[in-house]
Amino acid sequence: MEAKEIYARTERKFSGKVSGFQGDVIDPNFRVEAQAIVEVCRYLRDDPELNFETLSDLTGLDLPKENRLQVVYHLYSYSKRHQIVLKVDLPRDNPHVSTMEGVWKVANWLEREVFDLFGVIFEGHSDLRRILLPEDWVGYPLRKDYVEQEEYDGISTQRAPLVEKLLR
Amino acid sequence: MQPLINSLPETVFTTKVDDLLNWGRASSQWYMLFGLACCAIELMQTGGPRADLDRFGCVPRATPRQSDLMIVAGTLTYKMAKRTKLLYDQMPDPKYVISMGSCANCGGLFQLAYSVCKGVDKIIPVDVYVPGCPPRPEALTEGLLRIQDKMMRERWLVKPARAAEAPVGA
Repeated sequence: MEAKEIYARTERKFSGKVSGFQGDVIDPNFRVEAQAIVEVCRYLRDDPELNFETLSDLTGLDLPKENRLQVVYHLYSYSKRHQIVLKVDLPRDNPHVSTMEGVWKVANWLEREVFDLFGVIFEGHSDLRRILLPEDWVGYPLRKDYVEQEEYDGISTQRAPLVEKLLR
Repeated sequence: MQPLINSLPETVFTTKVDDLLNWGRASSQWYMLFGLACCAIELMQTGGPRADLDRFGCVPRATPRQSDLMIVAGTLTYKMAKRTKLLYDQMPDPKYVISMGSCANCGGLFQLAYSVCKGVDKIIPVDVYVPGCPPRPEALTEGLLRIQDKMMRERWLVKPARAAEAPVGA
């Protein structure tokens, strides 16, 4: 199925909750309201003609100029061989969104990664801990305004630069 | 490594006790089976039949408690840095460290990343730095020979031992 039609069906079902379809890009995508993301995904998975069995990726984006964080869901259907990307905008100071664990179980680790690096809180997640960084890490390093600590657990993070010019 | 000097005819062998001890240590360095990233592949090659570290009496041990030499091969993250320190502390004295490759030397290509430790010398003392990304087996072998040189210059009967030694490669 074409991405355009996927969007049209979703919009018929959830009018007002989805918007901003972009079709002429490599990964066709549209926006979903944060409150509706679980329903929309469950519909996309269960509808027999859409049949998105797989959440192939779940990532985050930080857009400080627009003061928002984005959570990006990449869906793929093996049986229908089509794909779509969903984007959810969240406020930067208090990013909360419902977990996708109940729809695709793989979301567990992917959401932990987004929590680890962007600080997005996934409500209802069964085990929301850091997954890559140590548990006592301070801050969310993939946010644009992340400041590196002077030292981590007694290990200095500073080193005199060898080549000044190459540094930003 | 210098051969042991014999000052009497061939029927009798004389040497200094220090030299004999050092010769024994330098000829049986056991390095810890420990790799962190792509440098570990070159480390395996160095232990393999072509470069063959075994001809210097250098064999891998799978536990720090039986190792004399730690070769830090690869990118050191902060998460791993704590574990590396623990492994180093478990090794019995006298112990030596080779920092292999740019990442272990100073963080290398990844030194601006938030998660990468900017050099293994931030956490443990390093004896020999081997440059390269990754260093070829020949380079690591050279590093090992420098460690042997350093061992041969150490004095055990007359202390202080480490303060009196000459710099490596002099």
